[in-house]
Amino acid sequence: MAVTEDPLALTTGEAATVERPLGVLTRPQGGNGWRDWLSTVDHKKIGIMYGVAAMFFFIVGGIEALLIRVQLAAPNGSVLSADIYNQVFTMHGVTMIFLFIMPLAAAFANYLIPLQIGARDVAFPRLNALSFWVWIGGAIFLNSSWIVGGGGADCGWFCYSPNSGLAFSPSHGVDFYAIGLLITGIASLVSAANLIVTVLNMRAPGMTLFRMPVLTWMLLVTQFLLLFALPVITVALFLLLFDRLFGAQFFNPEMGADPLLWQHLFWIFGHPEVYIIILPSFGIISEIIPTFSRKPIFGYSFMVFSGIAIGFMGFGVWAHHMFVSGIGPLSVWAFSMSTMFIAVPTGVKILNWLATMWGGKLRFTTAMLFAVGAVAMFTIGGLSGVTHALAPADTQQTDTYYIVAHFHYVIFGGGVLGLMGGMYFWWPKFFGHMLNETWGKLHFWTILIGFNLTFGPMHVLGLQGMSRRIDTYSPGFGFEFWNLVATIGAFVIALSVLFFFFNVWKSRRDAPNLPPPGPDPWDARSLEWMVPSPTPEHNFDEVPVIESDDEWWHRKYGYDENRNVVRIATVEEAAQDGSATGVHLPAPSFWPLVLAAGLPLIGYGLIFNLWLCVVGGLLTGIGIYAWALEPVDDPDADHGHDHDHDDHHDDHHDDEEAPVTAGDEEA
Amino acid sequence: MATATDAAVDTADHGHATSTGISNTKLAMWAFLGSECLLFGGLISTYLLYKTRRGPGPDNTVIPTDVFDIPFTSVSSFVLLMSSLTMVLALSAITRGDNPATRAWLLTTSMLGAIFIGGQVYEFTSFLREGVGYTHNPASSAFYTLTGFHGVHVSLGIVMLMSLFVASKQGKLRQEHSETVEIVGLYWHFVDVVWIFIFTVIYLIPVD
Repeated sequence: MAVTEDPLALTTGEAATVERPLGVLTRPQGGNGWRDWLSTVDHKKIGIMYGVAAMFFFIVGGIEALLIRVQLAAPNGSVLSADIYNQVFTMHGVTMIFLFIMPLAAAFANYLIPLQIGARDVAFPRLNALSFWVWIGGAIFLNSSWIVGGGGADCGWFCYSPNSGLAFSPSHGVDFYAIGLLITGIASLVSAANLIVTVLNMRAPGMTLFRMPVLTWMLLVTQFLLLFALPVITVALFLLLFDRLFGAQFFNPEMGADPLLWQHLFWIFGHPEVYIIILPSFGIISEIIPTFSRKPIFGYSFMVFSGIAIGFMGFGVWAHHMFVSGIGPLSVWAFSMSTMFIAVPTGVKILNWLATMWGGKLRFTTAMLFAVGAVAMFTIGGLSGVTHALAPADTQQTDTYYIVAHFHYVIFGGGVLGLMGGMYFWWPKFFGHMLNETWGKLHFWTILIGFNLTFGPMHVLGLQGMSRRIDTYSPGFGFEFWNLVATIGAFVIALSVLFFFFNVWKSRRDAPNLPPPGPDPWDARSLEWMVPSPTPEHNFDEVPVIESDDEWWHRKYGYDENRNVVRIATVEEAAQDGSATGVHLPAPSFWPLVLAAGLPLIGYGLIFNLWLCVVGGLLTGIGIYAWALEPVDDPDADHGHDHDHDDHHDDHHDDEEAPVTAGDEEA
Repeated sequence: MATATDAAVDTADHGHATSTGISNTKLAMWAFLGSECLLFGGLISTYLLYKTRRGPGPDNTVIPTDVFDIPFTSVSSFVLLMSSLTMVLALSAITRGDNPATRAWLLTTSMLGAIFIGGQVYEFTSFLREGVGYTHNPASSAFYTLTGFHGVHVSLGIVMLMSLFVASKQGKLRQEHSETVEIVGLYWHFVDVVWIFIFTVIYLIPVD
């Protein structure tokens, strides 16, 4: 690789001595070649890659959803066979949860956490790249089951045993499910540890935990949930895999195994997973609503503590998924109570958002519309959720479309709408231009209408007794009308997604003719808005010293003698111009990609041919070994500090002269 | 640069002060170990649920508790626990700057770990001879999976210790890198502590 052509090469030994200005580099789309994307360790580029890949899988999962709705549009549907239908709804759920919502939240987490806490990068930049590549490898592996595995998994996204055993699911779909989720689990675990350390250790001076933006808090809680919930599903997936591959007896009732074991392990992971999905969206909403209400968030500490409470309580409610499985009256009672209690901190959040808007100067931008829409839809989903806490009602609702309606209101209404709002809000920060507001509002209203048309009727269908996961139904039960409405609604949602992608294309095309958004187009409150848009590679010219909550807002506004808010500095005066030179950043590396590439090969090997395992294992081993031998940085790097600091020479750098960088070795 | 020392500097803070005062690598190891608690928690729960589940047929009714050799396992457990002591001595040696002693204690720790793994291999083969196959019943599946996962963890620990040993041989693991030894030590102690739980749950708590 030609070092001088590489934007990140400024971080390498040779280039750093040249002291070229970093501020002239446009990121991330300023003509960077594919090598830079494949080898980047920049948290912002990794965040954008997560976002792009997540949106790709949103389309994949969306097509699967449309197939489901086409099949169910009319009675006796015959578009899909029952077997294919099972695969489609399973892969729809798996794709939307593990390959769309979680990585989209990870995109925000990767991009925004370092900026919001005033850090130059995450704690372990190369591990961050590893997380992304491992995840994308797992995602591709999972979806390759359509092509090489004889179809997708067909046991529902929770793959209850013994349905997922060889007896009832003999195709390779479940193997792909188990191995694919194990691989993506590794990615999430690494990412969680990395981001937890980042938040706890890398905060700018004065950025105490209780001055952190609510989004960073919610993402931190999310990472802890991942850290503690993922190992449980890892155990479950290993047991399932050992059953299927090596003939273990964990889930075979004929040999005395207990089918409830899978359900317990799955839901101890699975219910915290619901909060893993929803908390990032809560955080995003908590950034958008104060900004467009021109008020600080109401009850900051309540927001933080309710998020933490949700995190803890999320581990205590799993068995409400199992009320009809015969777990016994005491368990049902206990989990009924805990399920009702967890509505309390969630309600606290909703009231705080309302109180934030109360009396505020509201601006209904697209981002604000999405945030308010998410709160409204989540409230509906939350209320129907509380009805499941009543075991007798739950017994009637379980495995009907009422449940489908409920969790789509929570996950889609609360989670996805919030994340979409986040995209409109931070798009200028990510890409240096705004998204078109007119098309954005069209996107919002069509998705809101389509969403309610699709999932609203499912409440009715469920209460009428329509089961989940049936591939068709007979006429005469009263299911026809509402199913047709839901299918029409699904296509309205699809239309809204097309509006979004059109908006992305149009906004990008129009951007050169429009005034640039500047660092702070929304007059926002947190630190990421004090740096230019798009964010310069080194994030901050000078790491800010934090003196208050909403530090960036307080740098723009003060109070006069009557306690009226007055502007004390313009955005241009208060913002950094991004022209700092000589800020050293970690060197790029290809080894995370090599290491990650070995894991899917091991997976294919376990299913098809053990020799592939050997190849994959070698690749991963080479990745680990080369990673370990590769210099982390050039010896002069003082990443995270200003160039005039001179105290950065760690002793352990002295013995390694590193004129050759990672990129050079690779080329 | 060596494997182990690399781990210590693969952080963006480069040894500078962090917000918590704990280095990034050490905090990450603590986070990882927290996660590992849940992994072993799941496996131990599975074993507890299945420890008396015999299969239905005549060929698969022998479960691990029928064939335990508790004195043998006690000795190998003792060996593993002693390796935590030698691990501490390795850390102590490197903080003093005594590189030969560091290498000696790292090697001793690895050897003790290897003896434990050898004992486990012997135990597995003798169990198999006595008719406890992995696929025979839920109890044996759970036993082999739980102890096997622990064995893999010990083996990974041995790889880490030997990497430290090689790094020290090459002169790349010196007094100022003592935290790397400490972090590998955290992992090693964790694996030992988990074995105390596993040993208690599997071997010491009697089945009725």
